[in-house]
Amino acid sequence: MIAPVTHILPLTRIRRSRMLPGIGMVLAMLGQRVNATDVVAEMSIPGAHVLLDIRRALGMRRYDETLKLIDRKVGDRLEKGDVIAQTDGLVQRVVRAPFTGRIIAIQKGQVLLEQPGGKLELKAGLTGIIVDTLPDHGVVIEASGGLLQGVWGNYRTNIGLLLCQSESPDEELARSNLDMSMRGAIVQAGYLGNPDALAAANELPIRGLILGSMASHLIPAAMKVSFPILLTEGFGRIPMNSKAYTMLRTNEKRDVSLNSNWDPNLGDRPELFIPLPADGNPVLDTTEFQPGKTVRIHSAPYFGLVGVISVVRSGQTRFANGLRAPAADVRLENGQVVSLPLANIDVLE
Amino acid sequence: MTPSYLEPQSVLAIDIGSIHTRALLFDVVDGQYRFIGASRVPSTARAPFHDISEGIFQAILALEAVTIRTFLTESSLVLPSEDNGRGVDQLVLTFSTPTALNVAILGLLEDVSLESARRLVNTAHCLIVEQIGLNDHRKTELQIDALIKARPDLVLIAGGTENGATRSIVRQVDLVSLAMQVISKETRPQVIYAGNQAMASYVQETLSPLGEVVIAPNIRPDIDQETFGPAHEIFSDTIRQIRMRQIGGLQSFSSICSSEPSHSSQAFGRMVRFLSQINNSQKGVLGVDIGASSTTIAAAREGKLELSVSPVGMGAGVVRAVENIPLEDITRWLPTHIPDDAVRDMLVQKTLFPEQIPLTSDTLAVEQALARQIIIMAMRNLPKGFANAFEPILASGQVITQAPPAQSLLMLLDSIQPGGVTTFVLDPHGLTPALGAIASLNSILPVQVVESNAYVNLGTVISPVSAIKSGAPLLMVRVEYEVGEEISLEVRQGTLTALPLQPGQVAKVHLHPLHPLVVDPNSRDAPRSYKIIGGVCGAVIDTRGRPLVLPKDPARRRDVLKKWSQAINL
Repeated sequence: MIAPVTHILPLTRIRRSRMLPGIGMVLAMLGQRVNATDVVAEMSIPGAHVLLDIRRALGMRRYDETLKLIDRKVGDRLEKGDVIAQTDGLVQRVVRAPFTGRIIAIQKGQVLLEQPGGKLELKAGLTGIIVDTLPDHGVVIEASGGLLQGVWGNYRTNIGLLLCQSESPDEELARSNLDMSMRGAIVQAGYLGNPDALAAANELPIRGLILGSMASHLIPAAMKVSFPILLTEGFGRIPMNSKAYTMLRTNEKRDVSLNSNWDPNLGDRPELFIPLPADGNPVLDTTEFQPGKTVRIHSAPYFGLVGVISVVRSGQTRFANGLRAPAADVRLENGQVVSLPLANIDVLE
Repeated sequence: MTPSYLEPQSVLAIDIGSIHTRALLFDVVDGQYRFIGASRVPSTARAPFHDISEGIFQAILALEAVTIRTFLTESSLVLPSEDNGRGVDQLVLTFSTPTALNVAILGLLEDVSLESARRLVNTAHCLIVEQIGLNDHRKTELQIDALIKARPDLVLIAGGTENGATRSIVRQVDLVSLAMQVISKETRPQVIYAGNQAMASYVQETLSPLGEVVIAPNIRPDIDQETFGPAHEIFSDTIRQIRMRQIGGLQSFSSICSSEPSHSSQAFGRMVRFLSQINNSQKGVLGVDIGASSTTIAAAREGKLELSVSPVGMGAGVVRAVENIPLEDITRWLPTHIPDDAVRDMLVQKTLFPEQIPLTSDTLAVEQALARQIIIMAMRNLPKGFANAFEPILASGQVITQAPPAQSLLMLLDSIQPGGVTTFVLDPHGLTPALGAIASLNSILPVQVVESNAYVNLGTVISPVSAIKSGAPLLMVRVEYEVGEEISLEVRQGTLTALPLQPGQVAKVHLHPLHPLVVDPNSRDAPRSYKIIGGVCGAVIDTRGRPLVLPKDPARRRDVLKKWSQAINL
């Protein structure tokens, strides 16, 4: 059966596409080396609109008469005060642009004017090389290094030095654990349950936070901090899985990029990437549940535990609470063998 | 042409869900259509495949293993079947999507055309992302910006009775026109106009240069009259077309299907309507399907269907459920104390792993509490014309069908709270949408499959309602078994009482009220004796009252919930 994969890899080669949500401009060039925080493409976000009723302003009765008096066309860019329409005669009536903007539509004696909007900047999200560009849409970046995928992120990107704060995979982060040495670093911790610790991290500020888990009531606060947050396991007090914990410890003090953007519909996961000067091999995003596969459990009562599939059971397995589901027997790291629904595990590779 | 017994046709039904793709096989056995077998594999509509084909292929392979039959040669489906038995004769496809279709509605009066538009949108897996009526006092440009920001896939314009208002409709159409001119061509929404037909040509002239426009009959031809029939078909068809473009691989499979692929909820509704026609019940048939991304409530009486699809469910739909349901409405159903923070964590965790199966008693309790509240929320969309008395109530969805039967029954009873005498039927294999899709090709197959043992009779529930205080003796029940024995028992107000009845066992149940009570909300002269066939949960007398009121005190409430659970042998 098709199995979802979470990548926790000391060395791999990945390709990630970074696409704008609409049409814009690609800034990066083919072959260019980019950092995670580099802007690779951008697009304009439309500003607010104002509908000018030219017919009424000019005191006209008919739309077609009004149209003749509008001295502009769709797409015209106007400066504040530019004349949009005016009547002839001794006492002229004039309609001027109330702000600098662009004409989007002219309809029935009305002009729809758009104010300049902001710019949406698309960041690379990882350190690598541009291997493909899709004009007006985005780029594809390739990179070699260590990869750790999470399950939730707060939609930010940053780079920094990786520092491991926790002494165990489920140690709770507290204000007292954060000091000035962590300023500018991407910090690993076990669990975040206290808003004060998050506030302290924001005050320093740190450049990123990699957690095993977090209390769900902190989501609104997490969405407001300036740095990326990645959860490897999810919500509730769940220890970081041993593979992720070990990988982070072994890569402490390396420069890493943290991209906590994600979209389950597109298959985009929040990711920590550790650029390495070695060439890794690409891996697939799906596999099959098979004996020998290393899996991570993402449900109670075995949250965050890692094991190896010993048997994939055929048909449906009935569990203690009466529910039935396709299942596998998994040998945990402590030697215990447990039967688990396939829906509750993902393959680590 | 309806197939006869001389032309048996095997049918393969593929149901593409948000989480799973299922293959279901129906064929003739001993002259009767039967459900032969099913397979279930992960859906591949989403990343990394973005194409349903791989999931369908895997599901058919798994079905081959289950049924020991061959359907594929060189990865292609053999259609129609060959003389050697390889392949199938017909293929139908139903689908659901993890995300709702974003719809903006524009109408005139809030309680008239906008209300009708809302109700029409609620018949499909849609989310109303913006609504603009005459009472919307925002400036026109703010309405335009709101419409753009909402990023609708579809705009539904309603309003104006026949020979009624036109100027207000012109204003709404012009508004849409301006918004469409701002939106880039690639992302412009499709438009359905279902208002005053006198304005149809204006709508067409104004909007068709900007995008695709479909004209449907007026859904509110008169202030007091709402007519969905043909407009609903156009609405459903438009949504199907949009989804065909969005779901990778659906278009190519459509070409080999025996009928157009249909959305699972529409097919589910079609089957419930079909059942109401063959069931001949005055009460009407209720179907409840709690899916991963949406929950469908279909109520039909004598062929008239009321369909409501809520964008909340137990998978991808958990996100919206958690956003829309107050936590205390979920926790009130928990039979043990679980701290609110822990419940919230479990629910949010479920949004990350929607397919996850609860293994602990706490996670199971939270999931079943959520399911109850989702059904309660979805049932609110049912028109008031249905008095909550149905025969039967058909339920599907993994959270219900995978649970032990008594838990399934209690979830359904707590959330639907039916009146009168009702039989609960489970669809453990999720056949209903497939049968709804097949019904248009072959009307015999669904009837024969429904009459087979593919569906599970959970049990009959009698729900007398009385004003007496909780705990007081309400009635005596005498159960007269077909074999001649009988038992009597006293039933108290505010309780659930399981009647000892084996699955398939027939008995007459006689109610002897000790206080005034109403058995059937539709009829005060309802009989007091009923012939009942035992379900897997036997039969149940529910005297907990309607609507069901849970004690406010948490400790007492948990005690009551435990008692009710124990009463039906959980």
